[in-house]
Amino acid sequence: MVVATDTPAPDAPAPDEVRSAKPGPAEPRLRIRRFEAADVGALAGSAISAFCLMWLVYVRLTPLSGGVGFAICWYATFIVTYWLVVREQRGALAAKDKVAGVVVATAGIGCLVPLTLVIGYTVWKGWQTFRLSFFTETQEFTGPLSDATDGGAIHAVVGTLEQVAIATVLSVPLGVATALFLNEIRGRFARPVRIVVDAMSATPSILAGLFIYAVIVLQLDWRRDGLAVGLALTVLMLPTVTRTAEVVLRLVPGGLREGALALGGTEWRVTRQVVLPTARTGLVTAILLGIARVVGETAPLIVLNAGAFVMNANPFAGNQEGLPLFIYRYINFPQPARKDAAWTAAFVLIMIVLVLFTAARLIGGRAPVARRAVVRRKQKEPA
Amino acid sequence: MASPTSTLSPDAAPVAEPRLQLRVTRSPGDRVYRAVAYAAGGTTFVILAAIGVFLLLEAWPALKEAGWGFFTETEWNPDGQQFGIASVMLLTVEIAVVALAFAVPVAIGAALFITDYAPRSWRRPLTSLIDLLAAVPSIIYGLWGLFFLQPRLIKVSDWLGEHLGFIPIFEVKSGNLAGSTFIAGVVVSLMVVPICASIIREVFSQAPPGEKEGALALGGTRWGMIRTVVIPFGKGGIIGGSMLGLGRALGETIAVALIISPIFDPTVRILDGGGNSISALIALRWGEATPFSASALMAAGLALFVVTLTVNAIASIVVVRSRSGAATEI
Repeated sequence: MVVATDTPAPDAPAPDEVRSAKPGPAEPRLRIRRFEAADVGALAGSAISAFCLMWLVYVRLTPLSGGVGFAICWYATFIVTYWLVVREQRGALAAKDKVAGVVVATAGIGCLVPLTLVIGYTVWKGWQTFRLSFFTETQEFTGPLSDATDGGAIHAVVGTLEQVAIATVLSVPLGVATALFLNEIRGRFARPVRIVVDAMSATPSILAGLFIYAVIVLQLDWRRDGLAVGLALTVLMLPTVTRTAEVVLRLVPGGLREGALALGGTEWRVTRQVVLPTARTGLVTAILLGIARVVGETAPLIVLNAGAFVMNANPFAGNQEGLPLFIYRYINFPQPARKDAAWTAAFVLIMIVLVLFTAARLIGGRAPVARRAVVRRKQKEPA
Repeated sequence: MASPTSTLSPDAAPVAEPRLQLRVTRSPGDRVYRAVAYAAGGTTFVILAAIGVFLLLEAWPALKEAGWGFFTETEWNPDGQQFGIASVMLLTVEIAVVALAFAVPVAIGAALFITDYAPRSWRRPLTSLIDLLAAVPSIIYGLWGLFFLQPRLIKVSDWLGEHLGFIPIFEVKSGNLAGSTFIAGVVVSLMVVPICASIIREVFSQAPPGEKEGALALGGTRWGMIRTVVIPFGKGGIIGGSMLGLGRALGETIAVALIISPIFDPTVRILDGGGNSISALIALRWGEATPFSASALMAAGLALFVVTLTVNAIASIVVVRSRSGAATEI
């Protein structure tokens, strides 16, 4: 059942290889996935020849300049060269296939380049001014001219944790219940709700801030405090949790549900004992993605909260600092030392995100086989 | 879903009566479960409606003052009674379009790489890493874009402006290339890629294995199989993912607010320094807003809300239509 959702492309022989293979008893198994030495050679050769050609044309013969422009032209030439090489060797069909593979692989691996750069740069910038006092002190006794290493931001860390906790407590039960409604109960009402959730999921974060501001500050004449921020984050987190949870629930095999219903389970028991346990890994991911979506959310904080330099551990009264707000306010200071303090906070924020992310993967990221075993055990339980 | 406790009416004679009466009796637990789930579904409606209502309520004083000129005026000076979203909205859309132009092809490639090209042992780590790209807070992207990417991208802007300047959108008039729509768009595209990629990957990985194997068995190459099975099957996901990315790109606040140099000029020269977006406008002007200019910012927010809502509703309808609706069968 798990296999059905994640079947590998079978090891079918590629057409050219079929044509060239002679019928015989000891026919070796052909694998389209394998990268032969000749393939590596063709790839490397194309890359090198394209580089040389571009160097000649780009640097020597035409008055073009610039590293990025060179890289783009090099890549384009490389693709054309590689296509020509493979076409000579194995025909146009194989050439198209190989070139598509190279382009797709470039996109897939290329995605990781900015990720590495973003995290690497933030860590490099933030690490230099990071001291343990960041987690023990506040900004109470630092001024605009203090060193970047003076004081800390424990008030911001505490504020962010409390605001995110409020949002999580409110949005996870609501989000999972909505996902259950969309996927388990269904009915006529489900379709408009799905559209509304999808529409909400891309509600700009600043609008959540404006909305909570309009309701809580302007209409109810309440305070701008940590709770208001938490409510704004709830609005942002809810659709993320719902959407992800719904996708996960949809992946639960229908046969499992039908089997459980056929055994006489009520809807609620089927949901609790079969559907939710099967989807557990994905639900952890849903919560995780929700938290990740809001932990670094800055815009609602700007609207709702003036920030603070001192500790305010009470989310129900007074301005409360948040880590993203700390970064935003400090990066806008003119003094370089304040900007460095912002980078330190950015480093801590990205570390929090990384730790959350890794922890959730370790807790929830079981292999599908283990998940299948859990389902089997659950199914046997009623007996 | 089949009703769990359906009972045949006991006096139904199998031969004489052609139609069987089905009656559903739900247990109390089920009734509570359904009520809670219905309520949760309704809550999303309420929240979304409340956002619109309250924004409209707060924006009304400014909208009444500005009238229809709100949609045609390019300047933004609420306290001088002269404000409108014409230029800001145009610049917002430009940033989003630049972002999508980079993000969608990369997201499709990344999704395909994960589902059909990468070795099996790479798939989970790669998926995690792309999810991680989505988890990086937008303020970090903003800082990185401002301090790391911008100095490097300016050279690209320069190169493009020099060699492709005859195309109107690449024309460069001012000498300053910092804080342009192009640079903001590239940074926003980094935030859009993981959103598109995760939805597209989800859909691609659900492409029917039977058809995929069939395509390969007929002698198709892997690319042929992808082109004829995976991509047609995942078309709804590609469109839906891209449009959700568009919604995200339209509303991205902090990264844009950090990078952009705010202008109120309805230009299409994306390389030239200066750009704007509605959310960045709100973020940058909120702190010093008087009650009336706050109302004007609420009006701008309302306009953004309507646009993103429309984009996302269309995206959602496309995705829902393309879904088969059936659960994955064993």
